[in-house]
Amino acid sequence: MRCKSRAVWYPIPGRLRSRAPGGPLRYLWYLLPWQFSPTVLTVCVLTVALYLRGLALLKRNGAPVGFWRPFVFFLGVALSYGVLQTYFDFLAQHSFWVHCLQQLILHHLGPVLIVLSGPVRVLREGVPRTLRTGAARLLRPMRLDWLLKPLRLLWRTLQHPLIAPVLFVGLIYFWLIPQVHFATMIDTRRYLLMNWSMFADGLLFWWVILAPREEQGSAAVGYKVRLLILPFISMTQIVIGAYISLVPWQLYPVYALCGRALPISPMLDQQIGGLLTWIPGAMMSLVGVIVVLRHMMREEEAQLRSSPRRAAAPSRPSAEVA
Amino acid sequence: MSVPSRRRALPCVPLLLGALLLTGCATQLQPDVTDVRGLVAPLEFNLTNQNGRAVTAADYRGDVVMLYFGYTHCTDECPATLAMLAEALNRLGPLASRVRVLFVTVDPRRDTRSVLKRYVGDFGPQFVGLRGTASQLTAMIKRYRVSYHDGKPDKSGNYEVIHSSVVFIFDGRGRARLLAQTGFACAAIATDVRRLLAGGRLLEGV
Repeated sequence: MRCKSRAVWYPIPGRLRSRAPGGPLRYLWYLLPWQFSPTVLTVCVLTVALYLRGLALLKRNGAPVGFWRPFVFFLGVALSYGVLQTYFDFLAQHSFWVHCLQQLILHHLGPVLIVLSGPVRVLREGVPRTLRTGAARLLRPMRLDWLLKPLRLLWRTLQHPLIAPVLFVGLIYFWLIPQVHFATMIDTRRYLLMNWSMFADGLLFWWVILAPREEQGSAAVGYKVRLLILPFISMTQIVIGAYISLVPWQLYPVYALCGRALPISPMLDQQIGGLLTWIPGAMMSLVGVIVVLRHMMREEEAQLRSSPRRAAAPSRPSAEVA
Repeated sequence: MSVPSRRRALPCVPLLLGALLLTGCATQLQPDVTDVRGLVAPLEFNLTNQNGRAVTAADYRGDVVMLYFGYTHCTDECPATLAMLAEALNRLGPLASRVRVLFVTVDPRRDTRSVLKRYVGDFGPQFVGLRGTASQLTAMIKRYRVSYHDGKPDKSGNYEVIHSSVVFIFDGRGRARLLAQTGFACAAIATDVRRLLAGGRLLEGV
């Protein structure tokens, strides 16, 4: 913990400075992973490669995606990679509020950006055709189609409008149970499981909320249902965030025990972490509401366009009066 | 179409919850001692001891090992913790010869070999001072998920080091078994170590 409780603030803690090499390369050192994960690297490289290939093919076929969608997609991937595989990960392991920020990015911001960019079309295009048809050709003659059934069932379960939000909030609560949190922060495998589960569930949940209905296929969730889910996840996050930031005792002593990375007191650390769970976590629901309303408006407009006679009636109320 | 499939999907909920519960948590044995079996990584390191000899975990196989990170210029917590461990060893009597306390310095710049040797010598023959190069030490703190950093030096160049305060306790096979937090009771540690040496279960009589 500490051998003298004097807290001094300097932007880069001293030891970090001495561990990093000098010169202009110094800042690059902070971008290197603290604990290298081949899985994270492989997943990110593969995803980005598929996406880039999809972008190039779509452009060649005369259906370019534009600038903003890829920008938002890459921002989401880069943020998620950054909080896992840079020096940020070290800080997240040894400061509660940085940990909360990390989980906020893995569970909320990263997946929201990725889903908002509508990446499915591009990624699908990016998968080599031989691979797409090859899988089907391999499964059918071997009568292995049944393998897909449990997968579909699992997908529908995870996308169920009751299960998805409960899982989303349940994971936040679960990893913040003090005993579970203690075990997670001292065990590398549990720590990795936490990060992966939060990111994967972030993608699943925000896909339920933010994806257009026509893209969701058989597991589509209605827009009105989504508008009911959002206040629920907002309220439950407010409850846990407020609890963490307002209780007058230490809930997560593991950070003080294993050495604080930032020179702030454990209580302040906990309060900032609670506020991060409370406010930005709950605010993300507002973003969700705006996106869902936009989907609803677009769907309505499309309906009106397809049946112009019905569209004409409400738009001319003055004629009726006259 | 999607309604019946949803109904079929609901039974998966207990499965998902069960999977979550399986990830489990650490068991609290006494107020300040936690059972960390299977949580903390097994004992493994490459460091140099106070006599200048390169040592690894294999050199301490068969002994109960207490691992602590600190530095000799520390004014309160490190000497207090080491004194508590010395007292716990005292209570073990002759069994103490099968216990090693590894004091890993997080301040190798000031804790030279001779400084370290004098320092651990004050606590008893079971105390071993270990230091390593920057990369050896970094590997060690990554493995045990602890951190340390130097404070700002004062006018005369003295600085404090902010570091972890826990004692990791490993059994004779190098498996992590206990995590003692500052404020642990010497008697409790002595009892637990006696059980570890007997190869017994830690949960007995608790």
